[in-house]
Amino acid sequence: MLDNLLLLVQAPVLNIQLLLDGLLIGAIFAMAAYGLALVWGVMNVKNLAQGDFVIMGGYVAYVFTKMDLHPIYALPVAFVGMFAFGWLVYVTIIRRVIDKELFTSLLATFGLAILLQQAMNLIFGSDVQTAESGFDTRFMFGGMVSIAEIKFVALVLAVSLSACVVIFMKRSRMGQAIRATAQDARAARVLGINTDRVYAFTFSLNCAICGAAGVLIAMIWVIQPYFGVVYSIRSFVIVTIAGLGNLLAVIVTALGLGAAEQFSAFIFGAEFQVASVVCLLIGVLIWRQIQQARKRQVVE
Amino acid sequence: MKTFTRYLRAALLGIGALGLLATGTAQAKVEGDTITLGSAISLTGKYSTNGVHAKNGYELAVKRINETGGVKVGGKSYKIKVVYYDDESTPARGAQLAERLIKQDGVKYMLGPYSSGLTKAVAPVTEKYKIPMVEAEGASRSLFTQGYRYLFAVLSTSEQYLASSIALAAEIAKKNGKKPSDVKVAMVFENDPFSLDVRAGVVDDVKKHGMTIVVDDKLPRDLSDMSATLTKVRALKPDLLVVSGHSKGAATAARQIKEMKIDVPMIALTHCESAKVVDKFGPSVNGFLCPTQWAETLSYSDDFFGSAADYDKLFKATYSGYKNVPYQSAQASAAVMVWKDAFERANSFDTEKLRDAIADTNMKTFYGGIQFSEAGNNTAKPMVLRQIQDGKFNVVAPSKWASHPVDWPRKAQ
Repeated sequence: MLDNLLLLVQAPVLNIQLLLDGLLIGAIFAMAAYGLALVWGVMNVKNLAQGDFVIMGGYVAYVFTKMDLHPIYALPVAFVGMFAFGWLVYVTIIRRVIDKELFTSLLATFGLAILLQQAMNLIFGSDVQTAESGFDTRFMFGGMVSIAEIKFVALVLAVSLSACVVIFMKRSRMGQAIRATAQDARAARVLGINTDRVYAFTFSLNCAICGAAGVLIAMIWVIQPYFGVVYSIRSFVIVTIAGLGNLLAVIVTALGLGAAEQFSAFIFGAEFQVASVVCLLIGVLIWRQIQQARKRQVVE
Repeated sequence: MKTFTRYLRAALLGIGALGLLATGTAQAKVEGDTITLGSAISLTGKYSTNGVHAKNGYELAVKRINETGGVKVGGKSYKIKVVYYDDESTPARGAQLAERLIKQDGVKYMLGPYSSGLTKAVAPVTEKYKIPMVEAEGASRSLFTQGYRYLFAVLSTSEQYLASSIALAAEIAKKNGKKPSDVKVAMVFENDPFSLDVRAGVVDDVKKHGMTIVVDDKLPRDLSDMSATLTKVRALKPDLLVVSGHSKGAATAARQIKEMKIDVPMIALTHCESAKVVDKFGPSVNGFLCPTQWAETLSYSDDFFGSAADYDKLFKATYSGYKNVPYQSAQASAAVMVWKDAFERANSFDTEKLRDAIADTNMKTFYGGIQFSEAGNNTAKPMVLRQIQDGKFNVVAPSKWASHPVDWPRKAQ
């Protein structure tokens, strides 16, 4: 561990590599996390199938490479296709559990996750798959820092997609309706907003974002029908730390966690890469608890 | 009340019928001229790809045996049949199905499931009923430290997987006028029982040669990112990088080594074949060293399947859709051959006599030599190391079986 710290001091350029890798990873996690925050905040449904939507998007990219098309073209297809799929899932499943207690929606989405995993396994088999982008790698600082162009492309796409979603939420009629529903569903209904449609749209938008994230993941890492749970857990961690209802916080948290995990993997070894993220979560929860205890004292 | 008695009667009748059925199947081990073997195998779930490879291997050997005169016991010729159940890739289900095969279906001769985890779940069951099991797909060395008496494995155990790459690195160091103890090794292993077994074998050999370990990272199971580890590798410039983490580890390593252009003269990793690294990453994986249980180019042979190449040909002719014959299938076929051999030598259907006959196995097959240690693992077959050269897998070590010289330093494009 000390050796590794020393290495970072001796070759400071390695810090840049880790930071860049972390931010690029974080950008992709931010997408899945943002979708989760949206559904959680607006509909109060904690979607355990989040990661499986991501993997579904990944398989769209995989199918594109199988058909000799560049996987980047899968991005709009996955976005639209997953939007439609999200609508279908909402109409058939989510609508029935949305006003039930928390446990029912957890069970329903957990069941959906299992169903999706098995379906993907039946269709695509259990092999690990990738989608090759064919992009090159750029070197900086005399070859000590390398940036895969695909990661950079993914960052740009992730950022622009997030920007579009933010503008959409602020400016469009549907975006305003979503925010109104999130604040108070009953009041929104009274004012003539069709909340059922808002919910359907929100859930579908989440699916679409996940699908787009999946396409990028298939080009950067690897996909397999059972890898979804990683992205589900990561999204939950990010949203829990960032809190609901604040897109910027979700993005910043995702980027920060991405960088933190790269550094901890370098210093403590890869076995602590995921553990460090969870430790940070625990730290944040304790800190919040203390903060809120203080607030309670003030109120008393 | 009347309906209640009617239900009761129906239920009793049902139970009676079930009982009849149970006694009917309990004798299924040898019926007429057929010997029945049993196996719980992963036909669905996460191991389904390799589970089907294994089943195809079993079936090919069964077909071959039945076509070439069957198994001769007591002067009579018997056909072989295998009963399969799908264990859904879950250990609990595997153990349950092994019970069912033995207790309900009366199977007395078992073939193994796919993967070390499933074998670990099934072995206690076969052991409890004293039913011999010849398995072909569980390589974890922890299977052979439990003192199991009825478990036999035809494949090489996991700690041998990458150990040969250390020997090769030492050999190359000597050839280049350096000492083996000058060699710096970077190790990346997934944090799961199988990969840690592989790691233990590597660490033993590293110590034996007095080499230095400069990176020793263990990847969490749910991580598909090694960039931090590879950044370390780039900074520390080891002579040898060894990676093991199932198909996911192999695909991730190959992808990120390519992406970050990691320049290590020697890279050894497991699961190159199942991760299809050549198809996915093209010439960037040239020079990777991949251990394998078996390859169709090896000069092993027997008078049943012929040479390894003959087996390869027969397999491809029987099952469509295979470009390469996976070693999982070859070793499954070898397991069935062990059973045939044992039946004929024991000249009996008694499980104890058969167990002893299996323990005394000493045969040469297209899959390599088979001879079991006290613990039940095969000691007569080495792990071979293949190098990816221009997209082809060529055997480069151990030198006795090598068909091509090793490319050093590796020539990646």
